[in-house]
Amino acid sequence: MKTQSHAQAAAEFIKDDARTHWHDETLWHVRQKRDLSAQGIPEWETLRDTASATKDYVLSHLGELLEQFETNALANGIEVLWAKDAQEHNEHVYRILQENKVSNIVKSKSILTEECGLNHYLEDKGYDVVDTDLGERIIQFAKQAPSHIVLPAIHLKKQDIGEIFHEHIGTEKGASDPKYLTEAARQHLRKKFVEANAAITGVNFGIAETGGFVVCTNEGNADMGTHLADIHIACMGIEKLIPRATDLGVFLRLLARSATGQSITNYSSHFHKPAPGKKLYIILVDNGRTEQLGREDFKNSLKCIRCGACMNTCPIYRRSGGYSYNSTVPGPIGSILSPGKDLKKYSTLPFASTLCGSCSDVCPVKINIHEQLYKWRQVITENTDVDASKKLAMKVAGYTFGKPVLYDLAGKMARTALKITPDSLVYSSLNVWGKHRDLPDVPKESFKEWYQKNRKS
Amino acid sequence: MRVGLFIPCYVDQFYPGVAKATLELLEKHGVEVDYPLSQTCCGQPMANSGYERYGKASSELFMKNFGGFDYIVAPSGSCTLHVKDHVLPKEENAPKIYELCEFLTDVLRVNNIASTFPHKVGFHSSCHGLRGLRLAKCSERMDPEFNKPLSLLKQVKDIEMIELDRKDECCGFGGTFAVAEEAVSITMGNDRLADHTKNGVEVLTGADMSCLMHLQGLIKRQNSPIKVMHIAEILNGNPVE
Ligand code: SF4
Repeated sequence: MKTQSHAQAAAEFIKDDARTHWHDETLWHVRQKRDLSAQGIPEWETLRDTASATKDYVLSHLGELLEQFETNALANGIEVLWAKDAQEHNEHVYRILQENKVSNIVKSKSILTEECGLNHYLEDKGYDVVDTDLGERIIQFAKQAPSHIVLPAIHLKKQDIGEIFHEHIGTEKGASDPKYLTEAARQHLRKKFVEANAAITGVNFGIAETGGFVVCTNEGNADMGTHLADIHIACMGIEKLIPRATDLGVFLRLLARSATGQSITNYSSHFHKPAPGKKLYIILVDNGRTEQLGREDFKNSLKCIRCGACMNTCPIYRRSGGYSYNSTVPGPIGSILSPGKDLKKYSTLPFASTLCGSCSDVCPVKINIHEQLYKWRQVITENTDVDASKKLAMKVAGYTFGKPVLYDLAGKMARTALKITPDSLVYSSLNVWGKHRDLPDVPKESFKEWYQKNRKS
Repeated sequence: MRVGLFIPCYVDQFYPGVAKATLELLEKHGVEVDYPLSQTCCGQPMANSGYERYGKASSELFMKNFGGFDYIVAPSGSCTLHVKDHVLPKEENAPKIYELCEFLTDVLRVNNIASTFPHKVGFHSSCHGLRGLRLAKCSERMDPEFNKPLSLLKQVKDIEMIELDRKDECCGFGGTFAVAEEAVSITMGNDRLADHTKNGVEVLTGADMSCLMHLQGLIKRQNSPIKVMHIAEILNGNPVE
């Protein structure tokens, strides 16, 4: 089956004009909150520079920092496991659950486990994995994937959520009051927390110097899960390291502000060793990361701290929705990470951008996202069988622009053609430009012609 | 100071008036401008579409035409950025390319725009000029405020600059994006226009004719009364047509 291009999926989404504009407004609101909160920090740009430089250091010393992290974590009594890919990661989790005779699992939000398809894997083995982040729980009921990495259910309106809750946890039909719905979810999740004997979490920052790690949530659900259950499995992408505990301040200040405009995430929980009588595991996952690290032009996409700001600011994402990207990480950062995983499948993503550059300027770790989009475009046209007619058109254009006489002639012909062709032909369905836009009026002479007559005679 | 005028292909073919205004404006401010007659296109359309390699001939031609100048000036942010990033050699004595507004503010230090323009004007801040050339502070960054095109427009007599709700949102043109991602492009363009309309803009201007061409196409199709002019035309004192 041919995967749908971003443009096709976006066109589908946009058919519902009211919802498209609601989606755009909602995310723009988050972007404005971020602006306001960043404006309160005079040293904002210095923070970004610092964070970026720190991550550069991490990427160029990844091997030794990982070893340092492992040594310190082991000394703290944490069990450290390595996974080269999603499969190995999922197998590790499964084995831990089996060894510890776990029956009930709660999970707090983690894009990495999403990337590895952990829920499906465990469900196939007969486990019921309960996502405890409210947004995650909603889309889990709806059997959907997150459409945004920080706001996973941002594509759903409160009425949609009312419907989903009515079906799955028996709230009143037609109820859409957020307070009522949240309370219902709280009661439902509380029961799951109490029953759980293992908690799975993601990791926002692993600290090489201490062998500990930090998990950020707004709902405290990671803490609820890990405090109640005897087993804690933390899943961490190997790029999530920072060198020292003192680096944390920079990242925590940037993360929450960039993500939602909060000055700090409600819960930034530090885990350093298992509580007495409990077990703490950390799985360090590669899954294509070292490969991306080896691509000089694209490696600093690994600096990402998953704040989601590039999605909120992206005018394309806001109007096409997360699903149009068809990848775990959507939006601008997804469009530079995904081609590294499967160039063909994600070949249209680097083109889903005007290269406006807003993503790069909003990014707290200063990833040059739009420049990487440009670079992926060059790689994609060389290595995949993209649109043959576009290729030919570009070849012809390139040739014409190399020859001034040809260019002058082609310009004249195009202008004449536009002038004498009836509108019904110019605005035929073949002319995509003309479906909703008029073409410019055709002038009788080009500037060059005018210049030759008036200035060079 | 040897100054070469670069007029991007679509401006040459479809908007000769913008090119004339650019030339006249530079001459008014005492610059002797040379316009090499064998110029064509900077190669941006191919490059941004992923075919940088097919733009080689136009890059070579560009260097043949402009290699000997001290400064190259163009009335288009995106073409200027492409030339700067991908065409000009990164050498000390290579020519420097400037977008028209930044040439006026940074090189000529113009503070005496003599034109009058008694209209409500909305400025479309085109992305490549804004975030690529840094013609102004963008809303994402927390640097001190500055805005080169606006500092010029503010010198125009009787002009009323209109504040937009989203002051530097992209219009959705993006070169071949406008065709390849038609649905998103049209929605973005219409949203941009709605912002100008809502705030009472009579004339929409900007420093990149390509975005203006996209917006003008939508304006004409909707029979909106908003007029579109390139910033060079306003600074040069052209009347609204
Ligand atoms: S790329 Fe930058 S802005 Fe986007 S999610 Fe990652 S850190 Fe945030």
